Amino acid sequence: MIDYDKLISEKCRVMKPSGIRKFFDIAAQMDNVISLGVGEPDFQTPWNVRQAAITSLEKGKTKYTANAGIAELRTAISRNIEKNTGVKYSDTDEIIVTVGGSEGIDIAIRTLIENGDEVLIVEPCFVCYAPIVSLCGGVPVSIQTTAETEFRLTPEMLREKITDRTKLLILPYPNNPTGAIMERKDLEAIADVIRDTNILILSDEIYSSLTYGSKHCSIIEIDGMKERTIFVNGFSKAYAMTGWRLGYVAGPEPIIRQMLKIHQYGIMSSPTVSQYAAIEALENCDEDIAKMRDEYDIRRRWLVKALNDIGLTCFEPRGAFYVFPCIKSTGLTSEEFCERLVYEHNVAVVPGNAFGDCGEGYIRISYAYSLKHIMTAVERIKEFLADLDKQKTGNG
Amino acid sequence: MDSLIKLLKGNARLSDEQLAVMLGTTPEDVAARIADYEKKGVIKGYNAIINEELADKNSVTAFIEVKVKPKKEFGFDELARKIMEFDEVDSVTLMSGSFDLAVTLRGTNYKEIALFVAQRLSSMEGVISTSTHFVLKQYKEQGFFIEQEAADERGFVSP
Repeated sequence: MIDYDKLISEKCRVMKPSGIRKFFDIAAQMDNVISLGVGEPDFQTPWNVRQAAITSLEKGKTKYTANAGIAELRTAISRNIEKNTGVKYSDTDEIIVTVGGSEGIDIAIRTLIENGDEVLIVEPCFVCYAPIVSLCGGVPVSIQTTAETEFRLTPEMLREKITDRTKLLILPYPNNPTGAIMERKDLEAIADVIRDTNILILSDEIYSSLTYGSKHCSIIEIDGMKERTIFVNGFSKAYAMTGWRLGYVAGPEPIIRQMLKIHQYGIMSSPTVSQYAAIEALENCDEDIAKMRDEYDIRRRWLVKALNDIGLTCFEPRGAFYVFPCIKSTGLTSEEFCERLVYEHNVAVVPGNAFGDCGEGYIRISYAYSLKHIMTAVERIKEFLADLDKQKTGNG
Repeated sequence: MDSLIKLLKGNARLSDEQLAVMLGTTPEDVAARIADYEKKGVIKGYNAIINEELADKNSVTAFIEVKVKPKKEFGFDELARKIMEFDEVDSVTLMSGSFDLAVTLRGTNYKEIALFVAQRLSSMEGVISTSTHFVLKQYKEQGFFIEQEAADERGFVSP
């Protein structure tokens, strides 16, 4: 008899499954559930991008590519970063094309972190950072942001958590799940703290093209930050290309060179067909991005107002496609709220604490859905709140 | 296209208040802009997108290609304006290509439409020929899927 449990590594065994999963499992088993839960665009990948992929297949481009990615794509990525930020990266030495932004995050952390290294993680945030840090033997140190500062990282919060063992700061803006952004002045204040340390920044800017009302500012634009930042971005959110699994990292050559070894052994090269499609995306899809952003923006404005109107207060998110309303007024925990909402009124949303302890008291609502869908869901949430009110007065 | 028009095309029943929130402006501004569009004739009216099959099982729609020989002082415009006066006619469009006017007709049965074409349309001065195509099934109408909602293929994927 094999004792599987004995064979599983301790680090993996203690790893918690994603908190998002649980509610999706419930929702998947029920009929008539409408979801405001998913974290991927409802748009289709622009047609010309799909066509570029088809053409590459027709031409028989079905082999491995260079480990770091097709040269033409890396050049296009370099040009794109420069266009958006004014910062130039060498297309031969400072860029790797990865399997989604996720692989970029994974290999960056694995390249840097070993036993006892501390990694500062700004929460609430995307769920993958801490488990990967732990897997490397590092120590995830959470920095808990709050609604009072619109879930931005402040220099005070940062300073408080820096120790001699701090090696990396993970900066996830525009933020999933809060929709928070960091403006230039916020980033400058962070740079002032980091500048005289030996700490690197992993800046996950996968939602950078979905910033509303202002242009996204990257930490790499701030003086002295390019040389200490690993910049992660990708095609999933901006171009509605989640299933293509394609992203990229850009960073200082001495780091990228090391990351490339892990990428080479683990992945070999990112999907060839996706890489050809991505060239088309970078070169000819600015208008599509703008159109999708405008559409998200319309939904965002409506949703924020509607949620505030029904008593779930939320600050105005300026990025990504999430709203993060506070549900404390209901007296329920995030999980209770989400569980009852899905069972009693058939709407699936994600509890805020799935993204870090400081997300407790909040829920994540995605607006990567049609207006009609969002309106129906909000109507159901309104009914749920009315029910809760009735029960409260009934009991009181 | 203006975002306001785009929103109205998607759902003309949105209130000025809702539209104002979506566009980041005031209901008064929305009302004024709509009034202006109506006055200028940019917005000609508001109607519902109907699944004809469900609304009226007996309704028949036909698409008719009309070839025209324009004469001096009686060109495409004059003929089109004559055709559009009939109540049965839903739309009249001047086309490029192998025919000139595209006419959609709605009736309660095939015979009614056939007779309309034979008696009213074909006999008109300037009409060289007609070709009638009956609509068998609607799939998409003015941006809306008629049979069913577009399926959301996104699974519940974590993280």
